[in-house]
Amino acid sequence: MKDLNKAFENKIRLGIMSSLVVNDSMNFNALKELLDVTDGNLASHLKTLESNEYISVKKEFLNRKPNTTYKITRLGKRAFVKHIKAIEQLLK
Amino acid sequence: MSKEKYIDDIREIREMMDKSSRFISLSGWSGVSAGIFALLGAYIGYRNIYVDPSYSAYDRIVLSSENWWTLLLIAITTLLLSIIFGIYFTTRKARQNNQPIWGSTSKRLVVNLMIPLIAGGILCLMLLMKGYIGLVAPMTLLFYGLSLVNASKYTLSEMKSLGILEIVLGLVAIQFIGYGLIFWTVGFGLLHIIYGIIMHFRYEK
Repeated sequence: MKDLNKAFENKIRLGIMSSLVVNDSMNFNALKELLDVTDGNLASHLKTLESNEYISVKKEFLNRKPNTTYKITRLGKRAFVKHIKAIEQLLK
Repeated sequence: MSKEKYIDDIREIREMMDKSSRFISLSGWSGVSAGIFALLGAYIGYRNIYVDPSYSAYDRIVLSSENWWTLLLIAITTLLLSIIFGIYFTTRKARQNNQPIWGSTSKRLVVNLMIPLIAGGILCLMLLMKGYIGLVAPMTLLFYGLSLVNASKYTLSEMKSLGILEIVLGLVAIQFIGYGLIFWTVGFGLLHIIYGIIMHFRYEK
């Protein structure tokens, strides 16, 4: 029970982590489309994960348009795996 | 916290992993263009082998080494044109979706498509060289179908249905060896065009 991570209690944050764990990186629009959320909502959840250092952010320009990509960090991956294992334990 | 919430969470994790690992920018137009090139290729190929179509139920074909090469050239040109136009339409759609054309999802799709496809291609070349010409058309259909089914896990799921149809067509074609070109035309021409149109109306409208 103690291994359950508060940061992943939220559905959207859980969705972000799930998609980043199987993809090298995802950009803002791809995440937005995948999770079907508003810009502001997604941005605030990404900020939370970023401040926990679970994800890293890279801002760049693609065809003159700003493109922000997100990656999972090693810390984030470890925390996420731990969280899933805790859920599995709980469901046994 | 209740158990249901966590069962729900696990389901969410699975769904997001699955959804986010698929390449969704395959354009329907690439299917349509591949189908048209296949029809053209099959027609030109037909004119080359059946020099004197006798309209009998079973046309016997004799391949001289000259039209053997012409046929191979037609096949390779058809394949290249389909690939070039497929990449063009898909790049265009990926740009609209703001998805990288050569990202992790498209790489996974291509790798999983190519493994059975290359194996089938090599097998078909071997069959050709050994003179089992009649088996080539059914085998290309069969292996192409297997490739699509394999790759469908990494893109929109309709690709699986197309793959299964190609497999069935390939197996049926083995029963009717003399009609290889007809089956090939249906599989690579008609099915591609129908699939492309369906995809276009479902996802690009």
